[in-house]
Amino acid sequence: MSIRIADTVREIPRSGIRDFFEVVQTMGDVISLGIGEPDFATPWHIREAAIYSLEKGRTGYTSNLGLPRLRRTISDYVYNHFHVRYEPLSEVLVSIGVSEAIDIALRALLNPGDEVLYHEPCYVSYAPSITLAGGVARAIPTYAEDNFILKAEAIEKAITPKTRVLMLNFPTNPTGAAMPPEELEEIAAVCIKHDIVVLTDEIYSELTYDGKQHFSIAAVPGMKERTVLLHGVSKAYAMTGWRIGFVCAPVELIEAMMKIHQYSILCASIMGQEAAVEALERGEQSMVSMRREYELRRNYIVRGFNDLGLECFRPRGAFYVFPKISTMGLSSREFSLRLLREKKVAVVPGSAFGPSGEGHVRCSYATALDQIKIAIERIGEFCEELRVSEAAA
Amino acid sequence: MQALIDILQKNALTPREDIARMLDLSVEQVQAEIARLEKEGIILGYQAIVNHNKWDTDSVTAVIEVKITPERDGGFDRIAARIAKFEEVQACYLMSGGYDLLIVLEARNLRAVAAFVAEKLSTVEAVQSTATHFRLKTYKENGAFHQVELTPERLAVTP
Repeated sequence: MSIRIADTVREIPRSGIRDFFEVVQTMGDVISLGIGEPDFATPWHIREAAIYSLEKGRTGYTSNLGLPRLRRTISDYVYNHFHVRYEPLSEVLVSIGVSEAIDIALRALLNPGDEVLYHEPCYVSYAPSITLAGGVARAIPTYAEDNFILKAEAIEKAITPKTRVLMLNFPTNPTGAAMPPEELEEIAAVCIKHDIVVLTDEIYSELTYDGKQHFSIAAVPGMKERTVLLHGVSKAYAMTGWRIGFVCAPVELIEAMMKIHQYSILCASIMGQEAAVEALERGEQSMVSMRREYELRRNYIVRGFNDLGLECFRPRGAFYVFPKISTMGLSSREFSLRLLREKKVAVVPGSAFGPSGEGHVRCSYATALDQIKIAIERIGEFCEELRVSEAAA
Repeated sequence: MQALIDILQKNALTPREDIARMLDLSVEQVQAEIARLEKEGIILGYQAIVNHNKWDTDSVTAVIEVKITPERDGGFDRIAARIAKFEEVQACYLMSGGYDLLIVLEARNLRAVAAFVAEKLSTVEAVQSTATHFRLKTYKENGAFHQVELTPERLAVTP
């Protein structure tokens, strides 16, 4: 017999990254710039704290919302880093990474047909999560010329009477863009004017460079009550596998999200939560030294690409560069596939992050510098060969 | 130029071209800066970290705690400098707490250490007492682990 799959699910395309991953897996000895996670293991003091809690036998369920101790820590951490105060026991929910938080936030907010705006190129899960929550995904393209920031006018133009939510992700995966505070203030004004809820995924907020401070839209006056702030320990503390994220939002929304969370997830794993307490309370120094390392690599890779003649925006945050490859006469998918086959370097085609990512590839610099160096050399050879064959044709 | 020093402390052999890219400088600027740090004595030298578990030279490493009577003029400095000049002394620190100087000594064998302590160190007039400890095994040195941990496997492409 053939099993019938629900229409919504059948119609959602598989992640372009997943497709690509399957090709990579069939090849050995590949240098990968395709990895969206830190190349550091979780700092030892954090791992050690988790081991200690296991030794003490702390292995049970926690409150649906998460360990009260962790929520208090999150509240203080968010206050210190984002300058917004959330009530720890009623306005904070611990989730399975930001991914789950996005899902439950959208499900808690959307009625069928409600529209959600988001900037593109963007993380691969946004559009599918909106669709799965019954919403209508409306992408707003951003451009290399604007350093991939989102313009308030562009939002204003995209708003319809059905628009309910705006999703933001700064610093951005895959472009590394960060928003200047004054631009965010303009966006905030638009959201207040049109009564739009903002879902802001700030998972890369610690990883901002050039000595710049991250600024959250939740800190703009009048925004806290209409903002869902999503964050977690994965990127800043090299804890992707622990799956700990959190949501800070107004109490009625946390209540609504908690209903979905308690029936589908129950609670995040206690080991991860214990480790997250250690990370947020005492991880600052480890985080700063990882950030310093990323910044050096960023400088290296940006110069490397520009020297190859591939125009590369200097990212302000996260750990990705998004060089332009359209001058090489291939689509981003073809470019990536051929680079993989011919030079054994994995990058992610920009089209995986939405149609406006076409013409670019994403390269992660959460990769050891010696690997980055070889990758750049090989990409250089590849481009040279492309140019030669094009000149011959 | 803290970033430059950090890079060199981690790996002094990092190619100058790589350092230039990382710091967003030209190669000439990096070379000039390193030359300046060397000239001003901020960078004193470059050394290899040897894994003595693999390269066994039969030499002995000892740390020696030394109690000293400080001098009226110059405190500990003159005596410390005098002790530090012995070739076997790899490091010499003034410490807070139960003793004054901590000496790291590298010598050919146990007898050589004993001779150093008995004949050279204890005979320095200001030295009140010494306590010698021998190194048995090294786990980590200068920030480098002697047993290389396997890098955990990562997926080749992730979102």
